[in-house]
Amino acid sequence: MEPLSHAFKERSIWALQDETLQVALNRAKDGFAVKRATAVDRLPEFEALRDRAVAIKDHTLENLDHYLERYADAVERSGGKVHWASSAEDARRIVVDICRASGARMITKGKSMVGEEVGVNGALEEAGFEVVETDLGEYIIQLAHEPPSHIIVPAVHKTRGQIAELFHQNHEKYGLTRKLAEVPEMVNEARQVLRGKYLAADVGITGANFLIAESGTSVIVTNEGNGDLTCSLPKVHIVTAGIEKVVPTVEDASTLLRLLGRSATGQDMTTYTTFTTGPKRPGDTDGPEEYHVVLIDNGRTTMLGDQFREMLRCIRCGACMNHCPVYGAIGGHAYGWVYPGPMGSVLTPLAVGLKEAGNLPNACTLNGHCAEVCPVRIPLPDLLRTLRHREYQLRLGLKPMRWGLAAWVWFTTHPRIYRLGTRVQARMLALLAGRKGRFRRMPLAGSWFRGGRDLPAPQGETFMAVWQRRQRGQG
Amino acid sequence: MNAPGAASGGADAGTRPRVGLFVTCLANIYRPNVGLAAVTLLEQAGCHVEVPMTQTCCGQPSYNNGDLDGAAKTARQTIEAFEDFDYVVAPSGSCGGMLRDFPRLFASEPGWQQRARAMTDKTYELISFLTDVRDVTSVDAAYPHRVTYHDSCHGLRALGIKEQPRRLLATVRGLELAELADSEICCGFGGTFCVKYPEISGRMVADKAAAINATEAGVLLGGDLGCLLNIAGRLGREGGRVRVYHVAEVLAGMADVPGLGDPRRPKGGA
Ligand code: SF4
Repeated sequence: MEPLSHAFKERSIWALQDETLQVALNRAKDGFAVKRATAVDRLPEFEALRDRAVAIKDHTLENLDHYLERYADAVERSGGKVHWASSAEDARRIVVDICRASGARMITKGKSMVGEEVGVNGALEEAGFEVVETDLGEYIIQLAHEPPSHIIVPAVHKTRGQIAELFHQNHEKYGLTRKLAEVPEMVNEARQVLRGKYLAADVGITGANFLIAESGTSVIVTNEGNGDLTCSLPKVHIVTAGIEKVVPTVEDASTLLRLLGRSATGQDMTTYTTFTTGPKRPGDTDGPEEYHVVLIDNGRTTMLGDQFREMLRCIRCGACMNHCPVYGAIGGHAYGWVYPGPMGSVLTPLAVGLKEAGNLPNACTLNGHCAEVCPVRIPLPDLLRTLRHREYQLRLGLKPMRWGLAAWVWFTTHPRIYRLGTRVQARMLALLAGRKGRFRRMPLAGSWFRGGRDLPAPQGETFMAVWQRRQRGQG
Repeated sequence: MNAPGAASGGADAGTRPRVGLFVTCLANIYRPNVGLAAVTLLEQAGCHVEVPMTQTCCGQPSYNNGDLDGAAKTARQTIEAFEDFDYVVAPSGSCGGMLRDFPRLFASEPGWQQRARAMTDKTYELISFLTDVRDVTSVDAAYPHRVTYHDSCHGLRALGIKEQPRRLLATVRGLELAELADSEICCGFGGTFCVKYPEISGRMVADKAAAINATEAGVLLGGDLGCLLNIAGRLGREGGRVRVYHVAEVLAGMADVPGLGDPRRPKGGA
């Protein structure tokens, strides 16, 4: 996907003004946070579980080459085939080639964020395949020709009315002409349409929440069961996964699973957890004839070697964005690429460059709510600050900001001048504000007021001045 | 002591812990009353308070905007001014948290890192210092108002400040605390964030103001002037029904001046 992160500012302002979007965001706002809190409160060992998860992830990342090899060996032993994709182009080419070689026409897809990351859908459509998303949310945004706005609930930005309208427009060709109003009706209608697609599909593509090294198993979680049908009905199953998804054992995967559902949606466990290992074996009643895994690097090994390694612990639960007040105000599309919210603000600049996505690490108050809820304790605010440092070193930020900072450092490292300067400032502002005690506008400070707020005036004297006088008074 | 400072207290200063007050830029420029309230509370808690005159800014603007060298420069000055005190106390969770982060600025300067660590080990935010270090359990103040409280993010998450101000507020005569829904959600200040992304910041503070209005409290309290300026600015724009004070002003019985952004009383008036 072509990044639009450079336009973050404009896009965030549109988002704030988009009333329908605001309705959808407000509806979603507290839901996830409350559900997560309830689920966490019910599990006394949640904090201990987080520590174990961090240990598992760190150990695996420390020995990533080893576990990837073990995983690949196990996949091959079970009759599957492993493909290594170092870039997004590689990944797209590999997926298209597999589909071509199998003579496919119709492809069903389960939700896959890495698929979005490397642009699998676009490549397949360009190559002439019909691609159908089977996750309800993904299906909705596919109909709307939009990217996901959330990594767990990709259509969270859509209202019920918008979805009804989309279905009405797109389902007519299947003879479904009634305009729907209730959610269960819409879910049923989507199921009805998708059922035909499952049966007609030649290839099923899924992502993976975890890859288990000891057995060559891929794990996906869904709430709709669409993943099962996507992996088992078509004659070819392709798993697309980032290389950081591997964990050593099934035990490790279950530790992480216990965190994933609770952190994401507040569920103890998602409705479906699907384990797939290799193609159909002799005697199996169903399953694909071919089983492919595309292991995607796309910048991950670079992260492994620098200050951003902790980001590779991410299990894509979405808790950070569910608790992010900036995400809550503007939604996911403003971020302009695949991953929104705090985790996206770290990943996007690393993937598409700080020049394109420099706004993202800056558009954060560093309030720390994301790190507080991240199940694998990724220090997201610290990573964002590190990106700001990198931006500063590369001289990519706004020039006036740079000058302002330099002036501030000079001012504050000259205490006498600082004392005098602040004294003048406090006095002047208090005089200018007069009786009112606050400003409604002020030249050169327009940005503050664009936030729809006044600026309180100072009391008039600096503390240092008052204190010095008081000391003299005491002799 | 190697910094020119000015001391408070009398002859028995020797037996009391020496506290260096890091007053913070915002209290210095905007609200000296917060600094004075901090001194009062610290003295009531048996401390001998000094205010080094070579202190300025904690360095957070540089630190959070990627200029780590600039932040280290101001940090060295702060360490030199404060390292000889028994404690360093700031009436702000945000600046206090920044002082606590100093060792990170000196990853490649072990000497300075050690000095930074020694200083940060004895650095506290004001209210948590009173309750957690000085074992203060009550204050001698009256404030007969219905108030609500915003938990500023840095104090809350970096320093674990949540119960401490509430415990002390509960001992203020006449004060009624109405808890704020979503009191742990950021107000949208975020230092330079509020001027870099004013539209987003404005939405966040409008949400905060709505939650405050819903409590029907007449006063908002908090522990960080950055957040309070932002919130007071929004409440003022909406008509200014709610007064805004730093929690230290109320705890010290010094909230008898106009609140943040309130009209000034005419001289000689009531
Ligand atoms: S960064 Fe943490 S909270 Fe955010 S999606 Fe990843 S694991 Fe979840």
